[in-house]
Amino acid sequence: MKSKLFTLILVLTFLITFVIFFKGLKSSNIYTPNTILEKKIPSFELKSFENNSIIITEKIFKDNEYYFVNIWASWCIPCKEEHKFLMELKKNGKIKLIGFNYKDNFKNASSFLKDLGNPYDIVVSDKDGTRSIEWGAYGVPESFLVYQSKIIKRFIGPINNENLSEIQKIIK
Amino acid sequence: MKFIRIFLIISIILNFNFLKADEVKTENKIAKNLRCLICQGQSVYDSDSEFAISLKLVIKNKIQQGLSEDQIYSFLKMKYGEWILYDPVFNRNTYFLWLLPILIFLAGGAIILKKFIIKNN
Repeated sequence: MKSKLFTLILVLTFLITFVIFFKGLKSSNIYTPNTILEKKIPSFELKSFENNSIIITEKIFKDNEYYFVNIWASWCIPCKEEHKFLMELKKNGKIKLIGFNYKDNFKNASSFLKDLGNPYDIVVSDKDGTRSIEWGAYGVPESFLVYQSKIIKRFIGPINNENLSEIQKIIK
Repeated sequence: MKFIRIFLIISIILNFNFLKADEVKTENKIAKNLRCLICQGQSVYDSDSEFAISLKLVIKNKIQQGLSEDQIYSFLKMKYGEWILYDPVFNRNTYFLWLLPILIFLAGGAIILKKFIIKNN
């Protein structure tokens, strides 16, 4: 009787372990952050990309307009991929694009914009990446849709055609 | 007179270094308690990714601004969620996680008690 019970427990333990691990095998191991994080945009000062003048966030973001904050760098390959979508987004006059030039040098970044076109209304430079941390960013590329000083949508990684139509739907 | 002045300067420099050393210590302690979100299984302290380098800079700046360790943790928690902390906070989602070792310990104790002590009696 006792050994039977023991076998049963053993088999059950293995079965449960197997099920747990088997399920774990299929679940994604890429962490997707909780989107209900702080939604208000951080306020800060940044250096303008072109002429080193200081830009204050409160002066950029006006309440009744949509803004698309895009963190990019010339050394980032996926940024090149998403660039055509940014150019597309630029054609929609209802949104302003703000580029965060992330850990980049001026020469490379400006030739990047020269070659591929400049979709941004304002480009600011984030030389040491600390400002992007204030936004809760992970790296490049990453984008935030801002409305009424709040982040209403966040895109980690390069944006694609689907994201683009999603954005255009929101701002319509 | 000159000797005193030199002595003063040296002592000031040394004191300053002590302060600096303390700052670096807390900086490292905080960085070790943070998960590098874009690396696998590494702390911010161990990682050399762009994200971790920037985060370490942010920690340094925050310390220099006079923020305490807890304030820095809560700042980062607000930005990145609880996942960034290695030490999970005790709340509804983590009751099981925190209490399981205690439960197992108690169960083990109960087994030992039953097997050895009660049997001997």
